[in-house]
Amino acid sequence: MRSSSALWPTLALTAPLVLFLAFAYAVPFLGVALWSVTLPEPGLGQYERLVGDPLVQSVFLRTFRICLIVTVIAVACAYAVTYVWVRGSRLQRRLIEICIFVPFWISLLTRAFGWLVLLSTRGIVNSSLQVLGLTDGPLALVRNEPSVIAGMVHVLIPFAVLPLASAMRTVDERMLLAARGMGASRLRIFWSVFLPLTLPGVIGATLIVFVFSLGFFVTPAILGGGRSIMVAELVYLRMFQSPDWGLGAAISVALVVIVAALMGLLARFARLGLMGGGR
Amino acid sequence: MRIQRPGPVAVALALLVGIFLLLPLLAVVPISFTPGRLLTLPKGSLSLMHYRTLFENPDWLSGILLSARIGLFTSVISTVLATSFALGIWMLQPRFSQVLVGFVLLPMIVPPVVSAMTLYFLLTGMSQMSHSIGFDSVIGVTLAHVVMTVPFAVVMVLVALAQVDRRIDLAARGMGASVAQRIVHVILPTIAFGVATAALLVFVLSWEEIGVTLFITSVDAITLPRLMWMGLRDNVDPAIAAISVVLIVVTLVILLARMAFQRRPEFEEE
Repeated sequence: MRSSSALWPTLALTAPLVLFLAFAYAVPFLGVALWSVTLPEPGLGQYERLVGDPLVQSVFLRTFRICLIVTVIAVACAYAVTYVWVRGSRLQRRLIEICIFVPFWISLLTRAFGWLVLLSTRGIVNSSLQVLGLTDGPLALVRNEPSVIAGMVHVLIPFAVLPLASAMRTVDERMLLAARGMGASRLRIFWSVFLPLTLPGVIGATLIVFVFSLGFFVTPAILGGGRSIMVAELVYLRMFQSPDWGLGAAISVALVVIVAALMGLLARFARLGLMGGGR
Repeated sequence: MRIQRPGPVAVALALLVGIFLLLPLLAVVPISFTPGRLLTLPKGSLSLMHYRTLFENPDWLSGILLSARIGLFTSVISTVLATSFALGIWMLQPRFSQVLVGFVLLPMIVPPVVSAMTLYFLLTGMSQMSHSIGFDSVIGVTLAHVVMTVPFAVVMVLVALAQVDRRIDLAARGMGASVAQRIVHVILPTIAFGVATAALLVFVLSWEEIGVTLFITSVDAITLPRLMWMGLRDNVDPAIAAISVVLIVVTLVILLARMAFQRRPEFEEE
């Protein structure tokens, strides 16, 4: 119900934030976009480098590869915990909640440090392995790609849980009951009935996790040790180590375009009612 | 009622993932009591030397105080802006609501590194006017943190508003209450818990913000995460284990306090 007298209060309430973000976010982003076509000289040179420069290409390819692996692992792990969270006993639900939501609130730096402590040469995993006599010397477990993947999966699992949970909550119990009535085994019920019914949630979670993983900076920078750098770290290096602001800006614009395309895909799924949990 | 409880395989898998999620947090605890300068498990004797460093080294103390100050400012500004915006959307349902909400959520969706570059552009520009409001200043960092945290506050307040019964607002309106009266006497008291949660979340997000802070500070505005970052990148300092344990404990206390105040969720079954 809208009345014309409501215009002024609407403006007074919503305008401060909208204006603030227009000034502090939208306009400066246009400035960055401008950098990408003016630095060091006017033209589309930076975008040509984006598709032509082998270094930039290899970083983009590595980022996509790592993000794909991370997304698959994170969504699979999240599926297992969400399944027990939604369908388990009260005690199981409480325990899962602790496991998901406590790390979620802890700083990225603390968590990356936790992985360093576990995986470094004199770290907990290596010393335990040596004490048990399983290895002679320390294994190189950190400052490489697997440790980056572990750290990123750890950060991203909670983001996959919510869309999965909303899809699992809408599954009609009677479908499972019907499958059991017709003699299906537990595995069969899960594989042929439950999993397909929750597939929209899996797609939603996959897109969200992939989008979030693309811009990761802190975790790969600390656990990767500068060896396998990803796109976000490349932007940082181009800004502060070899001042090449034009390229950094062009990468930023490219990232926004990719994310916008993926979010558009997500919005289409949501509109088609495939996301579940629309109640 | 659930006809099918998770079987042993599902529970075992969930347990493994749960351990994976808690492991890095638990690992930090013993390391913080190690007597040496290296990241090793303490052998025999325990030491509080790294905790003492936190209080004796002026860098850590000033980082903690600076982050607390920026976190408080950010929390107040973000929560006020977000609550006002969400109230406007909920009460008056302006045309283009979805576009407006989408716009203010952008800093949450855009990759943090892009936001960092954008805010770097803004703050270096503002530095041209005055050094106290731009790059590497407390006001500049606060401004950037407000941009990064305000979408989360908007989501929290909108979620709180979605649970409000519109009829109580209509009743107030029918009895002739003005927009301001409806907000102050009817709606704000109803969503107080949601607003408080938003303020808390914003404080925590600002307190631990590093992705953007790294781009917009250099030598003056050294926040706690910035200090931790420097300690993690160079040679890893065990004092970080001590500060990590402190941070984990503080977060746990905040979460427990929040749980204690929270009304029981209504979807609790059985």
